[in-house]
Amino acid sequence: MARYIVQRLVMLIPVLIGISVVTFSMLRLIPGDPATVMLGEHATPEQLEEFRERMGLNDPIYIQYLRYLQSVLRGDLGRALLTKELVIVELSQRLPATVELTMGAMFVACSVGIIAGVIAAYYHNSFFDLVTMIGALIGVSMPIFWLGLILMYIFGFKLRWLPPSARMTVGVDLQTLNEAYHLDQIFSGQGGAKVIAFTDFLSEFYILSSVLTGNWKALLDALKHLVLPSIALGSIPMAIIARMTRSSLLEVLGEDYIRTARAKGLQERVVLMGHAMKNAFLPIVTVIGLQVGVLLAGAILTETIFSWPGMGRLVVNRILARDYPSVQGNVLALALIVVFVNLLVDISYAYLDPRIRYE
Amino acid sequence: MSVTTAETTAEDFRFRTRKPTSLWRDAWRRLLRNKLAIAGMIILALLLAMAFFADDALIAVIVGREPQPLFAPYDPYQQELVRRREPPSGEHLLGLDETGRDILSRIIHGSRASLQVGLGSVSFAIVIGALLGAVAGFLGRWVDNVVMRLMDIMLAFPSMLLAIAVVSILGPGLMNMLYAIAVVSIPIYARIVRASVLSVREQDYVLAARCIGVPPGRMLFRNILPNCLTPLIVQGTLGIATAILNAAGLSFLGLGAQPPRAEWGAMLGQGRGSVFTAPHIVIFPGIAIMLTVLGFNLLGDGLRDSLDPRLRVD
Repeated sequence: MARYIVQRLVMLIPVLIGISVVTFSMLRLIPGDPATVMLGEHATPEQLEEFRERMGLNDPIYIQYLRYLQSVLRGDLGRALLTKELVIVELSQRLPATVELTMGAMFVACSVGIIAGVIAAYYHNSFFDLVTMIGALIGVSMPIFWLGLILMYIFGFKLRWLPPSARMTVGVDLQTLNEAYHLDQIFSGQGGAKVIAFTDFLSEFYILSSVLTGNWKALLDALKHLVLPSIALGSIPMAIIARMTRSSLLEVLGEDYIRTARAKGLQERVVLMGHAMKNAFLPIVTVIGLQVGVLLAGAILTETIFSWPGMGRLVVNRILARDYPSVQGNVLALALIVVFVNLLVDISYAYLDPRIRYE
Repeated sequence: MSVTTAETTAEDFRFRTRKPTSLWRDAWRRLLRNKLAIAGMIILALLLAMAFFADDALIAVIVGREPQPLFAPYDPYQQELVRRREPPSGEHLLGLDETGRDILSRIIHGSRASLQVGLGSVSFAIVIGALLGAVAGFLGRWVDNVVMRLMDIMLAFPSMLLAIAVVSILGPGLMNMLYAIAVVSIPIYARIVRASVLSVREQDYVLAARCIGVPPGRMLFRNILPNCLTPLIVQGTLGIATAILNAAGLSFLGLGAQPPRAEWGAMLGQGRGSVFTAPHIVIFPGIAIMLTVLGFNLLGDGLRDSLDPRLRVD
């Protein structure tokens, strides 16, 4: 197992280098002069020259790349042109919202998708099976931003069951972990500022921090806000997972050992969950793993619709504002997240299926 | 198999079996038996009709006059500001949008943009992807390694994110969006073609071609690639569906087709603010996108089942 993990890590190196080359090139491939594009038409030649010098745009390209790589490895992604804020700081403020949304969507997609798929396979060719499969076909064909708008209209506006946008109602008070437990007094010594910064980062995960601070009102509010965006974002993965669960389980249910299990008088529940699902699960896990990238990319659209203050909305706003350093940092961060999640998925297969380890 | 059996079979072949059919004819027959695939084809036929006959632009260009509306009841760009956001009525079947343009006409005209991006980006991606995959699979060794590692890196990015990155470099616009979507789908086709080339390369007829001295380039294009077509057709059809969805998403964000162009995603993006006051502005373009994507998905699934029965999911 350890050998497999090391192997996977080594294989990651070219991919990481590739990603860095792509994000590095983004700024350099802009048609025209990057300095003019970023500073605007009205910049004076002196300003342009100063900007080029400051950004190192006058150096040979490989020096620029190495310098970029060096600063990325130090965690320095430059400063946003728009806010003059460090890109890495902006990202860390936005990351929790995106993670919360993605996990919410994943939860919706897996729970509904797997249950629907199992029932459809078990009652093969029944009415439910037909409805699930048609639903799944429509699910993969629906633009998530449209579904989001429709959900917002029906449940947020007409029925008023759920809040239509944002992460939390204005006025609902959510203390940070620091405020709730006076961490600054406990960690007042050296390195205390880092601890506080980290707990402040954790506090941005509203659900986690409302549980940790025991603020049930805020928890309920945050969960309510999470429902609609999660359904919108989770719709396509849900459909894909349902289809995969159904076909994978159908295949397994036709196997001899299922007949054997039934013949020896096991309860249907045991046959289905213990014997069939266990063997049908690997392709389902594969599909679930592949959906993480889809979800993160979909978050860009979902966050825009639901005014969700995450990385996706940030990247769109910054593209429209032509704030390239910020876009560059954002794309890099999202790609890295996807790569590492895929790594985790690969390792978990190796754990689930010993054959992979010995390939 | 013994010699006698082979002789008998060859002898009996003419009498016993029905008229031999080609792969394509056979696939077509299977496709026509698939109800869902037929539903997909009907949707796509309607879409094509909408795109071609929205107005008589084809004739108008030849004759040299302004195009007259055919299918589309009104000019998709004509604004009636006083009647903006008017709900569906007998006069305007799907209502008017936020600047008083007829939504039905805009949807009918929007089919052109969707088809253009869908077909255009996929053709572009297939040509480049197939070439890369074929060369990688055919030459093998370091070429294969370099090309496929490059493709792996591209696959590491979620396609929508990479497309957004490409558009942010090229600048927003319908054509730039088409290129962006094409670029991000190249690796999918490269992988498919490479895999097929690897298996076809080992077939006896390729060996035979090599024995009679067919040059490698000719062998690749005449003997190997035509036999890798089926998975490419299936993936291409499904790829058009994805491309249309991604294009709608990019236009929705304001990165694709620019106003006032009639494009479904852009219609949704511009009408977004009116979702609570005039939901019809948002509902109908979304349904158009969904049906189109559904059509390509149904046809793609049907093609997969009919071209390669072994791949059947159920």
